[in-house]
Amino acid sequence: MIDPATRAVERGGLYDGTLAVPWLRLRKSRERDGAAISPMSAIVQFENVGLRYGLDSETLSDVSFSLAGGGFYFLTGASGAGKTSLLKLLYLAQRPSRGVIRLFGEDVVTLPRKRLPGFRRRIGVVFQDFRLVPHLSAYDNIALPLRVAGMEEDEVDAPVAEMLNWVGLGDRGDARPATLSGGEQQRVAIARAVIGRPEILVADEPTGNVDIDMARRLMTLFEALNRLGTTIVVATHDLPLMAQVSGAQMMKLDKGRLADPTGALRYPPRPPEQS
Amino acid sequence: MASRADRKAAAAARHRLLPGGRLAGPMPWIIAIMMFLTVLAAAAGLGLGAAVQSMSADLAGRASVQVVEADARVREQLAGRALQALRTAPGVRAADPVDPAILAEQLRPWLGEEAMSGDLPVPALIDVMLTPGDAAAKVENLRRLLAGLSSKLRIEPHAAFLMPLAGLLSALGWLAAGAVLLMTLATAAVVVLAARGAHDSHRGTIEVLHLMGSTDVQIARLFQRRIGLDVLLGGALGFAFAIFVILLIGVRLSATGSELLAAISLPWVDWLILAALPITGVLLATVTARWTVLRALGRSL
Repeated sequence: MIDPATRAVERGGLYDGTLAVPWLRLRKSRERDGAAISPMSAIVQFENVGLRYGLDSETLSDVSFSLAGGGFYFLTGASGAGKTSLLKLLYLAQRPSRGVIRLFGEDVVTLPRKRLPGFRRRIGVVFQDFRLVPHLSAYDNIALPLRVAGMEEDEVDAPVAEMLNWVGLGDRGDARPATLSGGEQQRVAIARAVIGRPEILVADEPTGNVDIDMARRLMTLFEALNRLGTTIVVATHDLPLMAQVSGAQMMKLDKGRLADPTGALRYPPRPPEQS
Repeated sequence: MASRADRKAAAAARHRLLPGGRLAGPMPWIIAIMMFLTVLAAAAGLGLGAAVQSMSADLAGRASVQVVEADARVREQLAGRALQALRTAPGVRAADPVDPAILAEQLRPWLGEEAMSGDLPVPALIDVMLTPGDAAAKVENLRRLLAGLSSKLRIEPHAAFLMPLAGLLSALGWLAAGAVLLMTLATAAVVVLAARGAHDSHRGTIEVLHLMGSTDVQIARLFQRRIGLDVLLGGALGFAFAIFVILLIGVRLSATGSELLAAISLPWVDWLILAALPITGVLLATVTARWTVLRALGRSL
């Protein structure tokens, strides 16, 4: 049996701009009305950021760039170039050794620890290894951000059910991660990352563990979210995949440094060549 | 406003965040053993304290007057005069002659049946109960009063011969209190170790929760609840078994028929104190777990 997501992709429907998830559309329209998101203003700013683990040499050096709200960005580079480290700084899992990072207009480097949760709730993360909580069902994993945010239980059910259906796992809500396939786990991880209606979605090698078909579907999904106003940052070294997203910009890391130190993002992906 | 069912569902969802069920680990069993020993030590301390208190009241307010006269007739006369003088003396609440038959009965194990014959010059005894306050001065006044009546009248405050025993009981009581204190510290240490262990083994889940915006307090609540429940379960088990043992010892003490051992008793206030131990244990464990986890979380970003 083909799951709804696959069927929709085959129809070319589910992950298009009309995104059939009222839950997600609701936030976007609300925030646009309330001007909480100002498209194209800098939502992320890195200034001369350096990151060093212990006494080792710097993993990231003099990284400076800014990301506009509502943009779609690829972060690329060879293995070990520092992509994951940069993303960790972005989703506040790590503080830099030096430099300034501004998120949503505030300097998060000097931010007191107790204020970090508020910022983290505005960022959705799809981890490379998914990091689903193994003893929780797919439903409970997806519901986590809402529960963490203190949402009442009667308000949790509808969006979680919606998200489960959206990622084509409507009938697998009770399944534990260990019983799900890699692709299914990934979809749960994505649903979990977006259910909190984050302003920034960060994905670390989201297509690393899935087949080409699933990778293409994921990108379509990210594009749909982006069209709803979410800033997307995807770390990948899959160039054909990047080429799939028109209008996306690319940052290239090379040995811990941005290949373009001006941060002007001069590496737009090329459209796929016609054969 | 959330309904009760919703609140229950929300609570159940929060509780699912940490895996593992009740009695899954050694923690409840360790706590049960510690609570058992703590309650026993506390009961011993409280019982001995009550015995010392009762003994001290007796010691402070009682004295014996001996009539040391070989001639039985003179002895009886002297005892009568002394009794009369004592009953009207200031500071004396009551003065009663000790029945010679009881005295003879108490001497029988040492003197045999001759103790009852009247041939042995056993001193007559008068039991004196003093009014409360400054027993030493009152005994001294009575000593002077009796000396004025006859040189064969002697007064002995009970404190003189029961004080070492009271001291021993008091020392044992303090020892029991020390044991309770040490057990409390050990319980706190066990909870710290358990909380650290739980924090380490759930590090992955904690990291995910943190990155989703969980606050330290939200995460600490999960652990304090889990550890609090373990301690409640273990504490209840240990407490129940300890109470059973205490009741058994009480029955045994009563069976001895000893006045001294009967003084080791637990009034209802002491039972309340014992009942408060598992509750205190749960509170201590909850606070300790929260503090430990918050400290551990404080070291991360």
